[in-house]
Amino acid sequence: MATLTDVPQAPRPAARHRTGWDAHPALRWMRANLFSSIGSTITTLILIALLAKALIGLVQWGLVNAVWTEPANDSAACRAARGIGACWAVIPEKYRFILFGTYPYDQQWRPAAAILVFIALFFVSSRRSFWRRELVLIWAGALSLIGLLMWGGIPGLPYVAQERWGGLPVTLILATFGLAFGFPIGILVALGRRSKLPAIRSLCVLYVELIRGVPLISLLFMASVMFPLFMPDGFNIDKLLRAQIAIIMFAGAYLAEVVRGGLQAVPRGQQEAADALGLTYWQKNRLIVLPQAIRHVIPPLVNTFIAFFKDTSLVLIIGIFDLLTAAKTAIIDPAWQAFSVEVYVFVAVIYFAFCYAMSRYSRSLEQAQTAK
Amino acid sequence: MTPQKRPPRPKMTFSLQNDQFKGLLWQILVVGIAVVVIGWLWSNAIHNLSVRRISTGFAFLGREAGMPITDTWIAYSPKDTYLRAFIVGIVNTLRVAVIGIVLATIVGTMIGIARLSANWLLSRLAAIYVETLRDIPLLLQLLFWYVLMQGLPPARGAWKPIEGFFLSNRGLVMPGIPLDSGHWGVIGVAALGCAAFYLLRRHLIARQMQDGRPRPNWPYGILLIIVLPALVSWLSDVPWTISMPELHGFNFAGGWTLAPEYFALLIAVVTYTSAFIAEIVRSGIQAVHKGQWDAALALGLKRSFVLQKIVLPQALRVIIPPLTSQYLNLTKNSSLAVAIGYQDIVSIANTTLNQTGQAIEAIALIMAVFLTISLSISLFMNWFNARIALTER
Repeated sequence: MATLTDVPQAPRPAARHRTGWDAHPALRWMRANLFSSIGSTITTLILIALLAKALIGLVQWGLVNAVWTEPANDSAACRAARGIGACWAVIPEKYRFILFGTYPYDQQWRPAAAILVFIALFFVSSRRSFWRRELVLIWAGALSLIGLLMWGGIPGLPYVAQERWGGLPVTLILATFGLAFGFPIGILVALGRRSKLPAIRSLCVLYVELIRGVPLISLLFMASVMFPLFMPDGFNIDKLLRAQIAIIMFAGAYLAEVVRGGLQAVPRGQQEAADALGLTYWQKNRLIVLPQAIRHVIPPLVNTFIAFFKDTSLVLIIGIFDLLTAAKTAIIDPAWQAFSVEVYVFVAVIYFAFCYAMSRYSRSLEQAQTAK
Repeated sequence: MTPQKRPPRPKMTFSLQNDQFKGLLWQILVVGIAVVVIGWLWSNAIHNLSVRRISTGFAFLGREAGMPITDTWIAYSPKDTYLRAFIVGIVNTLRVAVIGIVLATIVGTMIGIARLSANWLLSRLAAIYVETLRDIPLLLQLLFWYVLMQGLPPARGAWKPIEGFFLSNRGLVMPGIPLDSGHWGVIGVAALGCAAFYLLRRHLIARQMQDGRPRPNWPYGILLIIVLPALVSWLSDVPWTISMPELHGFNFAGGWTLAPEYFALLIAVVTYTSAFIAEIVRSGIQAVHKGQWDAALALGLKRSFVLQKIVLPQALRVIIPPLTSQYLNLTKNSSLAVAIGYQDIVSIANTTLNQTGQAIEAIALIMAVFLTISLSISLFMNWFNARIALTER
């Protein structure tokens, strides 16, 4: 077979004398990517002008005129710089409150440790070598450890009531427990939605569509206002737990749709082969169908988790002390009231760091899947 | 050929070996559990409500609401009924959702196309826009915009980005035309003209398909959509004077005002959703086979023409389904309004709930409104999707 090398080729033209635009690789790159046409050149120039203006303003506000440190509980320098410079001094003043809420000050290493356990758990779950059944045990262990750290109640760890919890651990707890408990619900509902039994199928469809059709806020309102109405006299559970239940129900419906997508991707032959082997319905799903389906939906699963992570901030509206609520409460302090933008930027960076890491991870998984 | 007979259904036997019987048992079990749980919750609720002396039912809708609503499009005073307050809330939700969907689609499409631009700087900036907005909770962005809005100078020192537009802590004030029934009549005529033009255009295209002769349709368009309403307006003497906002004392008079709460909410949902729409548009355009570009460019067509007439119509088929769910998300996200005090349906239902204790009814109303809106958007988008779907022989 003739390949390109077999074909006689004309001798390469002698390297052209390089001038002007072609003189340097960087210049060639700029010509190709920034100034390839008149329209492109105009766009580039306009963007550079706008960017320069915005960056100069931002640098002046955020760095040059910013106030970095302040004596405790005194915001005089910040107030002097108001309008021309950022007051980053509010962050060292308030970060413990923003991150841990009203958790007893001397015990705040415990929520900090819980955050580290969460991060370790996410890291372990992201490794392909851990995608086995034992991962369930790791999750159970890690979540129990987090519960132990937060609640305490054993010698050395004094008991801390749930009302004192706050900040980043609460955000992480709401999202992660939502995923952990919503996932089994999601699997059952997804299986139910594909079941041949009409009553079960319609119940599952009803659940998923009702929950997905209404905003999460209305579910949270339901949890905070209606839950006590639906319970027998004298029975009441903590506000945080009620919100957690609402988030689990919400997560269950969305995860069911994700899992259903994965179930649809498993070829029919797999099911038929399992039937032919005489496996029961549960054996077939547990051993054959679900392992393949779940592997398939890991990237959308991560994306759904990112969405929950952001959505947990809605508990602010029913007054639960998550990261965003803690930030909003931190700036009620009259001395620092005027500097909410700085605090919001700080919290935004935290949210961004978590979400961006996860979305990069999910994209790398997707690319690995398509490359296969 | 003789029609094939269906195999007879296997007879159900009452044994656990029989799949049909097992299925029936499972259904009875699951439905039974659901009925028992719901019945138990319901009986608790009835008991608790009677203890708290709250009567169930929607009779409270006829009572005087007594709640102030500052930003309305339809006439409302605190003396009106709860029903009217709910209608105001629905209109407020719809005006965020509809205008938000239109703006988010426009911004999102532009950013999505910018991400694919050959200009490196433009595509990088678009990517930064998408990444930043997607990875920060909407509620945080909303609070951020609202704080910025409150930090604007008061009406006296308002910013004037363009003549006639004022940005202050009173929101955005811009020139507008005070609308009355005459204007709505003219707008109605223009809408009818649009519908007539749409039908006529379909007819003309069908005729062109038959004999191949091109029939320009734009003159009819101008006639029906511009000339006809203008004529009606001129004959019935409808004034189209633009009212410019002016500073009177501490506030503005004239023009149209977007309250700071509405403006912040609109900016937040539009920028947030546009980041998602940009990704959908980008992946939709990338899903169109590169050969389509090559073939069209080889024919000597201009890049912008290829994008409009060849690539986008094909990309739309990939774009529409995820776009629909973004529209639904935007509508549901508009309920975050309650956090900054914009009175949408959720906020008004919440106030009602606190005033009357009618928790079940208030939340049922929220759910009914959102399910109706979601269903309408889904139906419309499914119709649109069916229309643009590839028709193969």
